Amino acid sequence: MTTHLTDYAGPRTQRAGWQLPVSVLLSGIVALFFIVAALTPGALATHDPFATDLYRALQAPSWANWLGTDDIGRDLYSRIIWGTRQSLLIGIGAMAIALFGAIVLGFSAALGPRWLAEPVNRLLEILLAFPTLLLALLFVALLGPSASSLLISVGIGTAPGYARLVRAQALQVKQSGYVEAARALGHPWHRLFIQHIAPNVFRPLFSLVALGIGQSVVWASGLSFLGLGVVPPSPEWGALLEAGKINVTVAWWLEVLPGIAIVLVALSFTQIGRYIQQRAEGEKR
Amino acid sequence: MSNNVIEVRDLNIWARAENAAPRHIVKNVSFALQRGQCLALVGESGSGKSVTARALVGLAGEQLQVQANTLSLHGEALLGRSESWWRRVRGSKVGFILQDALVSLDPLRPVGKEIAEALALHGWGNAASRQQKVQALLEEVGVPQAAYRASQRPGELSGGLRQRALIASAIALHPDVLIADEPTTALDVTVQAQVLEVLRQMLDRGTSVILISHDLAVVAKIADQILVMQGGAIVEAGTAQQVLQQPQHPYTQGLINAIPSEHTKGQRLSGSAPGAPAPAGVKSADVLLEARHIVKRFRGHSAVADVSFTLRRGETLGIVGESGSGKTTLSRIALALEAPDSGEVLFAGQLWSHASAAAQRAIRRQIAVVYQDPLSSFDPRWRVADILLDAIALDQHPATHTPRDRAISLLQSVGLGAEHLNQWPARMSGGQRQRVAIARAIATHPQVIVLDEAVSALDVTIQAQILDLLSDLQAQLGVSYLFISHDLGVIHHMSDRVLVMQNGEAVEQGAADEVFYRPRHPYTQKLLASLPRLAALEIA
Repeated sequence: MTTHLTDYAGPRTQRAGWQLPVSVLLSGIVALFFIVAALTPGALATHDPFATDLYRALQAPSWANWLGTDDIGRDLYSRIIWGTRQSLLIGIGAMAIALFGAIVLGFSAALGPRWLAEPVNRLLEILLAFPTLLLALLFVALLGPSASSLLISVGIGTAPGYARLVRAQALQVKQSGYVEAARALGHPWHRLFIQHIAPNVFRPLFSLVALGIGQSVVWASGLSFLGLGVVPPSPEWGALLEAGKINVTVAWWLEVLPGIAIVLVALSFTQIGRYIQQRAEGEKR
Repeated sequence: MSNNVIEVRDLNIWARAENAAPRHIVKNVSFALQRGQCLALVGESGSGKSVTARALVGLAGEQLQVQANTLSLHGEALLGRSESWWRRVRGSKVGFILQDALVSLDPLRPVGKEIAEALALHGWGNAASRQQKVQALLEEVGVPQAAYRASQRPGELSGGLRQRALIASAIALHPDVLIADEPTTALDVTVQAQVLEVLRQMLDRGTSVILISHDLAVVAKIADQILVMQGGAIVEAGTAQQVLQQPQHPYTQGLINAIPSEHTKGQRLSGSAPGAPAPAGVKSADVLLEARHIVKRFRGHSAVADVSFTLRRGETLGIVGESGSGKTTLSRIALALEAPDSGEVLFAGQLWSHASAAAQRAIRRQIAVVYQDPLSSFDPRWRVADILLDAIALDQHPATHTPRDRAISLLQSVGLGAEHLNQWPARMSGGQRQRVAIARAIATHPQVIVLDEAVSALDVTIQAQILDLLSDLQAQLGVSYLFISHDLGVIHHMSDRVLVMQNGEAVEQGAADEVFYRPRHPYTQKLLASLPRLAALEIA
């Protein structure tokens, strides 16, 4: 027998003077840094990312080249900064495609007429049976390696998971008391959808966007590393990893430091997403 | 002194809170329980009655700080005991029964195993003798076919059987004290009567019982002593006779007067002044809502079987029945949220149940609904103002006010005010939320309001206020109510006519007094006989 003191959980207290957790604050700073790098790379970079200097090839990190140089003497720090835009854009773009697909598929599976909902549900089940990476690989193979195909592939690869979430959420909201109450008041169906169903489905999704961008950056870099996405000499992070792997035995920084950039972006966006999620859930009640 | 099985003196409990001073939730509570006696703790939610009981079985938990001069069971102090000590005492010396048996029993285990485990924990007998004992126990609490029932899982048992299985596990080791926290609250009235009978038999056998309940009528049936709690303190204590017949404290008096029953018909329950006098001729013979031979099946089982009723202008039709009787399905059909398999519903002579979606929408603002749980009927993103403005926008009456002023006047007509416009429903009390739901329901000038268990989740004094409010609104607006409830007292208090449902069928229909005083159908007679009443005490 378990007992809960639910009767005495106390009054719901307003979050008086809430504090930003340190981890979220740090994540915010890191995310901000990369967003600035993506918007105005010139402001943060110290060198031209494409300028070669064969006399300074494979230099370890130093004052002159903060994160070292690659095999033809390009400054790694500047390349990472210039690569941010592409990496983040791929992450954001893939997330946007995933969300769009998820919303279309999820809503039609939850709210569509039977002839539409049933096939969509089966399609989702089939897609979910494929691992994300495999699905993305399939589309890269079809579209050929490029930045845009990378974005589309990762988007499609991650869409089924989000579609499932949209579907579950939409089903729940559809059966909720407030949708029925609005129906009983005499609102037409499209009003129910715009006024109640859509916003209440999107509420939890909002926080997933930040989580998803971090994830997508990782997926996209992974594919580039495999030579299936953006190809060198582009400074996209996955491509940096791929270019650096030949020299990994003599120049560890070429692999480790772009990897850290990927990890930092993924971690900070995930952390921010989690935080938004917790706040949104806390606010509900 | 030695007669006292349980003795409590100056019990104080504080609830620890993060970043706040502890709240004092039980204040100087003292009582003594004698062998074979039933002591009832009565109060509304938050009165501290459940926490008091939990402290007596060592389940107060980390969040609560318990202090007392004396807190003893058979003279043994209960404070500061270790968890392992409690595990020995719980079950063997004191049994604890919770409100919802479905939550307290493991859903995946046969109930017989659950009870046998209670025995095994205390090292009682061996596997074979335990099995026999389980059967004997189930029979003792009135479970028919005990051997078969013991092999069933909680989900396969009805609410009453489940509650009895839980009682069986609580009394397995013959504890001499049984603490029952709202043991019948979730049960239908006929089942409630059976469970109370089991408790009464326990009392006759010398077990002492602490009964915690919000329902004075239930308590009246078996309690010897009653403690009335309010805000953590005992406001009145005495024998059941004293407390129920000559309540001294105004709170107890209010509590007793708030209970709707046949005696309160046409009277105020909450002690508030009546609203504007009813304009003459509100009730008329116009039939507003008419259901003809409604049939609705779900997966072959019939939820509503050939039910017909009419609702006239300005009157209240009460639909009463136990859980599963089909009353909620019937209400959804009356609201055209569900289409009947056969039969039809007419609104003011127009076909309503099978009309086109557009035609239905035109009628919908004439028929409003108030649910049992108002919170779930509000969009969580919305404040009170949004909820009301949304409904006001659908009103087709010529607007004499701005929507905002109209929202304020709606709030005022349900006893709230402009200051509530910006509130979140989640932060309002249950009674306030239900008032907002009623304000929304009357916003479109409906002619019919369907009240689906609209007061069932409320404390009795709040329920009294809402029932009075509903009576006032009916007098002012001339609106008709389709009043659905499992509570016979509420139905009798509110209804002009009554429809009694059982297993989807309308077994009896007629004027409220006719049905309640001269029930013809055996089921109605059984329902009324099971109903615990305060009046029963007067005869005794």
